[in-house]
Amino acid sequence: MQGERTIRVLIAKPGLDGHDRGAKVIARALRDAGMEVIYTGLRQTPEQIVEAAIQEDVDVIGLSILSGAHNVLFPRIMELLRERGIDDILVIGGGVIPHEDIPFLKECGIAEIFTPGTPISQIIDFIKNNVKK
Amino acid sequence: MFDKESLERLEQEKARWENSTVKKVIEKTPERYERFHTGSNLEVNRLYTPLDVQEMDYMKDLGFPGEYPFTRGIQPTMYRGRLWTMRQYAGFGTAEESNKRYKYLLSQGQTGLSVAFDLPTQIGYDSDHPLAQGEVGKVGVAIDSLKDMETLFDGIPLDKVSTSMTINAPAAILLAMYIAVAEKQGVSSDKLSGTIQNDILKEYVARGTYIFPPEPSMRLITDIFEFCSKHVPKWNTISISGYHIREAGATAVQEVAFTLANGIAYVEAAIKAGLDVDEFAPRLSFFFNAHNDLFEEVAKFRAARRLWAKIMKERFKAKDPKSMMLRFHTQTAGSTLTAQQPDNNIVRVTIQALAAVLGGTQSLHTNSRDEALALPTEESVRIALRTQQIIAYESGVTETVDPLAGSYYVEHLTNLIEQKAMEYIKKIDELGGAPKAIEKGYIQQEIQDSAYRYQQEIESGRRIVVGVNKFQIEEEPPKNLLKVDPEVEKIQKEKLSKLKATRDNLAVKNALEELSKKAMSNENLMPTIITCVKTYATLGEICDALRRVFGEYKATVSF
Amino acid sequence: MELVEGILKKDKKTAARLITLIEREDPKAIDALKKLYKHTGNSYIIGITGPPGAGKSSLVNELAKKMRAKGKTVGIIAVDPTSPFTGGALLGDRIRMQDLTLDPGIFIRSMASRGSLGGIAKAAYDAVNVLDAFGMDYIIIETVGVGQTEIDIVKVADMVVVVLVPGLGDDVQAIKAGIMEIADIFAVNKSDREGADKLVTEIEMMLDLSQKEFDLKPPIIKTVATTGIGIDELEAKISEHLSYIQNKGLLEQKRKEKTREKFMELIKFHISKMIFQEKGDIIETLLKDISNKVIDPYTAMEKLLQSIIKGE
Repeated sequence: MQGERTIRVLIAKPGLDGHDRGAKVIARALRDAGMEVIYTGLRQTPEQIVEAAIQEDVDVIGLSILSGAHNVLFPRIMELLRERGIDDILVIGGGVIPHEDIPFLKECGIAEIFTPGTPISQIIDFIKNNVKK
Repeated sequence: MFDKESLERLEQEKARWENSTVKKVIEKTPERYERFHTGSNLEVNRLYTPLDVQEMDYMKDLGFPGEYPFTRGIQPTMYRGRLWTMRQYAGFGTAEESNKRYKYLLSQGQTGLSVAFDLPTQIGYDSDHPLAQGEVGKVGVAIDSLKDMETLFDGIPLDKVSTSMTINAPAAILLAMYIAVAEKQGVSSDKLSGTIQNDILKEYVARGTYIFPPEPSMRLITDIFEFCSKHVPKWNTISISGYHIREAGATAVQEVAFTLANGIAYVEAAIKAGLDVDEFAPRLSFFFNAHNDLFEEVAKFRAARRLWAKIMKERFKAKDPKSMMLRFHTQTAGSTLTAQQPDNNIVRVTIQALAAVLGGTQSLHTNSRDEALALPTEESVRIALRTQQIIAYESGVTETVDPLAGSYYVEHLTNLIEQKAMEYIKKIDELGGAPKAIEKGYIQQEIQDSAYRYQQEIESGRRIVVGVNKFQIEEEPPKNLLKVDPEVEKIQKEKLSKLKATRDNLAVKNALEELSKKAMSNENLMPTIITCVKTYATLGEICDALRRVFGEYKATVSF
Repeated sequence: MELVEGILKKDKKTAARLITLIEREDPKAIDALKKLYKHTGNSYIIGITGPPGAGKSSLVNELAKKMRAKGKTVGIIAVDPTSPFTGGALLGDRIRMQDLTLDPGIFIRSMASRGSLGGIAKAAYDAVNVLDAFGMDYIIIETVGVGQTEIDIVKVADMVVVVLVPGLGDDVQAIKAGIMEIADIFAVNKSDREGADKLVTEIEMMLDLSQKEFDLKPPIIKTVATTGIGIDELEAKISEHLSYIQNKGLLEQKRKEKTREKFMELIKFHISKMIFQEKGDIIETLLKDISNKVIDPYTAMEKLLQSIIKGE
């Protein structure tokens, strides 16, 4: 494994909902796809997520939210990343997110939104094809 | 139930049938899979016969409805007497908006209320807390103080409806508010009926809206048990929930096992707190999930009923048959709903609701087709309610008690689920009971393993989800989804600052200090919490007063 | 920002990036480490090890908070195992350290072991140097916690805290497996549980029976990380131990040994790497002959050495 490029991913749950089944299943699947996955637990503020992403120097941030607060919290995370001068982290999101919110979230810089039912293999491929670093 | 001779003959005949009739057909058309199994991976045979239930003793294992071990139902006449309570979980935005939705639902023939609270309320934060940002009014109604609660039930006579509240960590506070609202309506607390979820153990395991560590949380729960047994006798003091455990990925067996293991922990805690088992156990209620595998689900409900009756009678020496009755609410499985082709969800919900009714549920929430996308619209909620009404009034399944009893397959599954759940409960006992098993991460790990297996089955195509990994279509994104007004947060914050400017702040301060003091003692906290809410102390302030004494829970996470 | 400059200016983003480059064995990392070397040697390095489920992360969390309260800065390296099947890893230690995330005086890095068997990642050695040059007062390394072979921590840490808990059943085994030999302090965590006193007694007995000469007999401290019980004492004992070994010159001696060991390893690693690169063909040929019993491994080795010495 020497010198091999390992993709590092931060799986984060912004907001207050405690439904982390999706986040954990994804975390495990990404691990099984050979990635290093950092999971930070429930109830993370945008500030905590960005700081953890910086210290862990991740290639990808995966945000999972089911509470409906995505339109507030996702843009805030993107704003904080920009403030810290970070443009090389791929940010993706998932959860209960209405289709009509997706264009706005993408405008804010979220690379892709995966709604319930997305095959994980699709998420893995997306990450592998789009990591920026 | 069968004599030895006829069983022997049956066995021979079955072998003959397999070696001739079946064999010929299989040679031409093989079965679709080598092995078949239920939605929760219990193996399913080609055919069930009396051979599979030969150990069964009718009186011992099934009995009669309304009698121990309650396998066939907790009431003697079941739905011939009274249908289940149709109870749609609802609430969003402000108390004003939710109040309107409740009145609409009651006008549509719904027979009980079920209140959904927003996440800040569930975690004990006021709407102006930094962590509440973006969450206010989103997944339920925002309640910051008694003021909001008064609005929420405005014009709804609390002695006439039964109200279920999905509230756990701060359940004591919301119950106190409900009692206070009733008092203002002139309704005394002994007239109130309803349920608080109040099941903290599954929050640590599956749902995540915890506040305090396990020990003080269990104390709050037993305080409620004790208080209600004296003052709110018709109130279901806890709804021990397998629903969220199943949603988190557990199998049907795990749902039964972990829920009943939590139930055992509550009973033990209450007994340890000095309560007599028959004093509080009749008010324990349960809350289960209903998935798509019809027969497995029906068997699950029947197995849970029998197992709980045995536990209460044999383990806890309950004497009152009411203590042994597992009464439960059911909600159809949110996790089975798909964002793809959302109208298909109506069909899924129908099957799930049917399972709940065939399983003998006491009340039922049917999910709306659009819940994988957003909060349900009024129209979707109506279809969901109509689904229940069609089952109740058109399907005919209500006309006799426990109609699937005696099905070799269903009885076999009932036995199997009970047996496998009991194995889990034994294992949890060995670990020192549910709280210890949770602390060690055992239960979480088991659930996550199942969740991951389920996902892998979908990925591999062994498990088919219509519209998701088979029969997909190109589709237009759905429109007309319900949006919560982003102004809610602003409105709640304004209400809060107005409240804080107009209430008697000295009285609030004194009441909160008294609560912190009482929290350090062993006294029942309910009366003091009621005093606090009546001063219009906010939910966040009351929780903070308790946080100062109890501290906050930190998750153990396993993958 | 340039790597070295960034580290010296205490830029966390640069530190994080350099650690990544170290993990990837990027030549740029070696360049930076060369320049940073003279800025290292100022941090106290504390290893935290113990069986899985002992509550190491929670303990590190509480300990770091105590150190911060005293105005000290803390770098944390938390190692989790890499899956031998997929090469991936789940790194979950941050969950227990959520309170620390936004503290400017804290830097936490989760690391996967990436094939190292001794309980810490290979890159952790150099990552320690990065955080040292960064100016952290303390660097805490939390080992994988999978079992009994986690003794590599002594190669990097100035002192080691071994965390045990009552009721895991493998306490005594862990002790026997050599972890006891490396402990400077024992923390009996979750000590509000049944069996804590028994475990303390067991450890004491083990220590009494030990053949090892202690400069300082390892204290045993009862802690409950979730409520903060015993953390004050643990922190006090750690700083006591560090001052003791510093004043007695033991720290310097230990660090010299570590430097020597590290350098030896570096030599071994690079020489063998060079030999495998340069003499790969010869090695393969010899290997074939050994398998076919044309030659024995000892003579083959002599032949290989000859060829190296002669520079053929």
